[in-house]
Amino acid sequence: MSERGERTDRLGAEGPAPLWEVFVRARRGLAHTHVGSLHAPDAELALHNARDLYTRRQEGVSIWVVPASAITASSPDEKDAFFDPAADKVYRHPTFYEVPEGAAHL
Amino acid sequence: MNGPFAFTLALGDDALIAAQRLAEWTTRAPEMEEDIALANIALDQLGAARLLLSYAGELEGAGRDEDALAYLREDREFRNCLLVELPNGDFAVTMAKLLVLSAYQLPLYTALAGCPDERLAAIGAKARKESAYHLDHATLWVKRLGDGTEESHRRMQSGIDQVWPYAHELFAARPDTPVDPATLRAEFDAAVGAVLAEATIAVPDSGWAPAGGRDGVHTEHLSYLLAEMQVLHRAHPGAHW
Repeated sequence: MSERGERTDRLGAEGPAPLWEVFVRARRGLAHTHVGSLHAPDAELALHNARDLYTRRQEGVSIWVVPASAITASSPDEKDAFFDPAADKVYRHPTFYEVPEGAAHL
Repeated sequence: MNGPFAFTLALGDDALIAAQRLAEWTTRAPEMEEDIALANIALDQLGAARLLLSYAGELEGAGRDEDALAYLREDREFRNCLLVELPNGDFAVTMAKLLVLSAYQLPLYTALAGCPDERLAAIGAKARKESAYHLDHATLWVKRLGDGTEESHRRMQSGIDQVWPYAHELFAARPDTPVDPATLRAEFDAAVGAVLAEATIAVPDSGWAPAGGRDGVHTEHLSYLLAEMQVLHRAHPGAHW
């Protein structure tokens, strides 16, 4: 019994299974959208659980699962430094510019 | 009982009793995600049971609908295999039962999809996709538990040991039916054998092969299950949502 696979070692570990973030593509042509998260011991079971939890009413045609620990997120503390500088730079929007006379197909 | 009616009734009873047993896991599964997975599988079985029992009622021609067949028969009138009425046991026993049941239902429904009876063919075509998923789900868990920790391996082996004798009844020859279950045994052995090998689970070599479900001779467990399943309908005939 000493040759059990590494794959399932975490099943015997204490505590809840790792957290996974779930992304579902509603139909062809759309991007995968974050729909929620779930616990699962490995990627294959995470995919199965996601199918049961998030697509049982035909919500999707494709699922991604990503270990929550693999996601690097911006911090709320850095919100000002990250996002405020964009507020006064109206020239970054195309509507800031007037279309010159005669440029019909710009 | 005429042949087509008895055959359809047996398949419907398999699905109905399997659904009722699996539903007992609701709110009791090891984790929330698995709770929903088991409830989904139970609902798939219930969906197949409704189609099969409705059609069985039509084949019988005595005016019994799906509710009459599900709620107003005694235990001796049920034709399900013994496997599905067995208690759930621990999670490993339930996964062993699901593995055996789905590895039997998948080739059965697949063969049914090509049979001359259009209604049975349509039911088979719908149900086989669900069975394929059930088999996939049971396979995932049997591999993980069998090839997991010392304790999970011990429980998985014990689950297979408990369930295995009841697999033989599923494949008893019935040459006069649309699909003779005996012809599915080789496919079952290959599929389940591969899963158990990867799960490092030994195939039990017990010669014990309990049977009788197809003749209405059941274990006592079925009677308790039916009492719970039928009590509301018997107290309030015709009750519906």
